[in-house]
Amino acid sequence: MLSIRGVGKRFGGLQVLQDVDIEVPGGAIFALIGPNGAGKTTVFNLVTGLLRPSSGTIAFQGRDLTGMAPHLITRMGIARTFQNIRIFPDMTLLENVMVGRHHLLDYGGLALLFATPAFREAERRSRERALELLSWVKLDHKAGATADNLSYGEQRKLEFARALATEPKLLLLDEPVAGMNPSEKAVLMEEIRNIRDRGYGVFLIEHDMRFVMNLCDRIAVLNFGRIIAEGAPEEIRSHPGVIEAYLGRGDEAEAVP
Amino acid sequence: MGSLADFWATYSTLVFTVGIHALLALSLWLTLSCGLLSLANAAFMGIGAYTAALLTLHLHWPFPAVLAAGAVAPAVVALVIGAPTLRLSGVYLAMATLAFGEMTRILILNLDITGGPEGLNGIPLATAWWHIALILAGAGYALARLRRSRLGRAFEAIREDEVAARLMGIHVEGHKLAAFTLGAILAGLAGALNAHFTFFISPREYGFENAVDILTMTILGGTSSLIGPVLGASILALLPELMRFLHAYRLAVNGLILIVVVLFLPTGLWDSRRLRQMLSDRRSRRGGKP
Repeated sequence: MLSIRGVGKRFGGLQVLQDVDIEVPGGAIFALIGPNGAGKTTVFNLVTGLLRPSSGTIAFQGRDLTGMAPHLITRMGIARTFQNIRIFPDMTLLENVMVGRHHLLDYGGLALLFATPAFREAERRSRERALELLSWVKLDHKAGATADNLSYGEQRKLEFARALATEPKLLLLDEPVAGMNPSEKAVLMEEIRNIRDRGYGVFLIEHDMRFVMNLCDRIAVLNFGRIIAEGAPEEIRSHPGVIEAYLGRGDEAEAVP
Repeated sequence: MGSLADFWATYSTLVFTVGIHALLALSLWLTLSCGLLSLANAAFMGIGAYTAALLTLHLHWPFPAVLAAGAVAPAVVALVIGAPTLRLSGVYLAMATLAFGEMTRILILNLDITGGPEGLNGIPLATAWWHIALILAGAGYALARLRRSRLGRAFEAIREDEVAARLMGIHVEGHKLAAFTLGAILAGLAGALNAHFTFFISPREYGFENAVDILTMTILGGTSSLIGPVLGASILALLPELMRFLHAYRLAVNGLILIVVVLFLPTGLWDSRRLRQMLSDRRSRRGGKP
């Protein structure tokens, strides 16, 4: 579904990514893991168009994304969440989710001004869909509340719903469980499975190995800007290169708590 | 009836001024609602005023056409200067729009057709109170509709988090340009209306001080709803009149009041969220009594 081929990214003299090849399948949960600073979020920023690759190509469903504006990439069917949550704090939950439906509402200025039946119908359908998405993440009972009143875990779930509102085919989740306690993690893992079971492709970044191993269908490992392994969770678990990247080599391993 | 006529004779200018100020405050509210701190609206008002006045004086256009031209001219300018400047944000945008405002003022000051520093004199009286009321009501209605649409939500999303808005599929640059241009239209209308009841316009009326005045009205009233800017504009227009007894000190006291309001009510006088909170607090307190 998403093909990242030979992608490199350099910031001045710093080579952040080198020859990265990732093939993300549709309808599955795919994880990109790796130690902090490996370049995972950079991959997401390249895919969503916030950054341009220095080399290589990124294609989605056979169409080249390289150099495309972020809002157009979103409209093609790629939505994302952020590691440091970026909801719209002063808007209600419902409004947050409805922002995601922006490009799906196609009434014009006059329809808006005179509140024509077409306008009202489009807004009503949009609101219903937004409420449905909020109910998927079990936040529909708070639809009218302001987003900054939500707890941390709820804010992440709101971000899920908002991203889904763009009607993506592929959902990019940047460290969805960062800063969460185990019970919140379990809830979120369930939500991510639900999203996959509804037919969406999920591409997530994580460094919590245990979380990823239980959740994902396929995993790629990034270390120092290169892909060092790719495969099913069991293969990754026993891959010597991955163990080395996470735990260090031989004698150093004892130093890790 | 006699007393009403007396009242109107004395205070009609003040009522007109309140309406014009309210229109200006709404124009900046629109720009601010998209997160753009612009100081260009006084210049847009000037462009609208001069365009309208010149069309009336030299070409004798009918008033509705003059008003339309007064709205279109600043909009065209906004489209042209908006494309490069709206990449800037925050204070940098304020500086760029401030520079544009000063350029406009100096241009008007030095052109022959604008009458230079003397301005334009003898503009026929064409603005009736109901013109202002109608346009103000129309603007208020349009903005209220806009707030409850995809456009209003996009503006607010851009103001709260530009990157997130972009990744929700919103064309951020296009929406910023739209907010900036629509703001220019309202400011231009205010200028055109104003020019046709003051008889006289000069470059001094559209400089830095006025840009700050417009900003003050909007911030003082509060930007959380449409009531705020109108309230702020009314207060700023009425305050000097109410404090006439202070004579020479009234401008200083005026400034003092503004400082106090901004210090203690940073979200403005009319903050719908705070008002709702206060209402529900009072209700629960009343309900709690035995």
